[in-house]
Amino acid sequence: MKGRLLLATGILATVGLSLLPFLWFVLTSFKSQTEIEAAPPAWWPSGSLEFYRAALFDHHLFNYAWNSALVAGSTTLLALLFAIPAAYALARLTVPGKQGILALLLCVSMFPQMAIAGPIWRLLDSLGGLNQRWGLVLPYVALTLPLAIWILASFFKELPPELEDAARVDGCGPWSILFRITLPLATPGIFTAAILILIYAWNEFFFALLILTQPEQQTLPVGIALFQGEFTMPWGELAAASVVATLPLIGVVLLCQRWIVSGLSAGAVKG
Amino acid sequence: MTGAPPVPRRREGLATWAMVAPALAITMVFALYPVVDSLWLSLHDIFVGIPQLGSPFVGFENYIALFRDPVARQALVVTLAFVILSTLLELACGLIIALVIHEQFQGRGLVRAAILIPWAIPTVVASQLWRYIFNDQYGFANLLLFGDRVTDYIPWLAYPSVAFAVVVLADVWKTSSFAALLILAGLQVIPRDLYDAARVDGATMWQRFWHITLPLLKPALLLALLFRTMDAFRVFDLVFVMTQGGPGDATQVLQYYGYQTLFTEGRVGYGSAVSVTVFLMIMALSLTYLRAIGSSLLERRRA
Repeated sequence: MKGRLLLATGILATVGLSLLPFLWFVLTSFKSQTEIEAAPPAWWPSGSLEFYRAALFDHHLFNYAWNSALVAGSTTLLALLFAIPAAYALARLTVPGKQGILALLLCVSMFPQMAIAGPIWRLLDSLGGLNQRWGLVLPYVALTLPLAIWILASFFKELPPELEDAARVDGCGPWSILFRITLPLATPGIFTAAILILIYAWNEFFFALLILTQPEQQTLPVGIALFQGEFTMPWGELAAASVVATLPLIGVVLLCQRWIVSGLSAGAVKG
Repeated sequence: MTGAPPVPRRREGLATWAMVAPALAITMVFALYPVVDSLWLSLHDIFVGIPQLGSPFVGFENYIALFRDPVARQALVVTLAFVILSTLLELACGLIIALVIHEQFQGRGLVRAAILIPWAIPTVVASQLWRYIFNDQYGFANLLLFGDRVTDYIPWLAYPSVAFAVVVLADVWKTSSFAALLILAGLQVIPRDLYDAARVDGATMWQRFWHITLPLLKPALLLALLFRTMDAFRVFDLVFVMTQGGPGDATQVLQYYGYQTLFTEGRVGYGSAVSVTVFLMIMALSLTYLRAIGSSLLERRRA
């Protein structure tokens, strides 16, 4: 009995503390300017959609969201394209220096952004990639590859090797084994990696701030970080924009909770 | 493997190479080369916008200047304080969350999803959110504490120590659930019958936690500590949005200082020296951790 009470308290506390702060932003986004600026500020909104209208049309929210979608989408596709074969080879084939490569990837995932930011900026400058969305996708792919390879490799390792061995005996090469046998079995692992890459690329701010200086190219995090009004901080519009930027993520979390949990903890068990 | 593979070894070797090479190449160009280049740049004096000065080689001068720089020293102190405080709090909160979502109960999936939401929210959004909650006029903190006594409202972020605490709070709110998932993975591999046996022996809930859960959780806790420390060292978004390093230098962290020197002031050589120093500290720290985790995993295997 005492245990159940403790558990109920724990559930209420963790869920409440997780959701309530953001709820304040959600409430704010449906208020009117007078409700925000009242002293004291109003608790409950009147349900005005004015801030959403202003965020979408006066603050180019749609434009930022479109850039984010393009960048996050292409990062996910490219990172998977590179990570899947590499993870398969590292999990199943004899790669010279395998341990070294895996350790190197782990190291790269711990790099502080600052340590590579200057040179990446100069590199993109000489490639003509500054202020281009593809210029942001390239470092994103490089920075998400380690995590993707680790998750996928640990997933490939858990698949039973018998099918692959049989295919090998029948004369299949590594590529056709990967595409015909392993990939169809590994869809949950690929899905997990894809979600984590997508969230990373949708949320990343530091490189986006450095590489995209024109508002037409900027992604949602940059837009939200540099949000400005004419005279005062436009909190209502900012709250509306934040809700819009977060909505797809909440959807992803609700639908894919199980994969995220298993993906994030997969690295831990094998770590 | 039994029997000789019919596919010639050399063809397989070539295919293996073709599978690994693209990923390795992009990592080299966009992660490894930049680190080396940072090191190289840090040994030169380069100023953006003043090309007539050239880029003279100055050896370790930038590093010597860095060690004498009071702002850099302050940034190091703030960063270390942030890392220690936020990581410890996140481990504690993460442990509690993990214990809760490890239990079997109806609607556990929804609770897990709710807990993941702070983790999934863009850090920039979380930063604006907490900045707004602690806003002096419109913030929720003041409304909750003082209600309509508007004259008592506190400009939280104007006080150096409070601003620092709020940045820590925002980080703890945002990332405790990540620590929780790593710890949860550790909880899931503890065999159930250990608890059953302890219950038969009359161990209380607290004793079971202290003598079974915690010791067996050590590898997972260390791993969560490693990931959280590395991430806390790299804190940037929160500071950029919430405080811009202020008030004063209260929230001036190393990554933000590096960003300012390199990109705002255009001191490429000096800024690179800051970045390389942060890089070396993180790498030294992670090696130490990994060694500790490795040995604790060995211990578990022997037990």
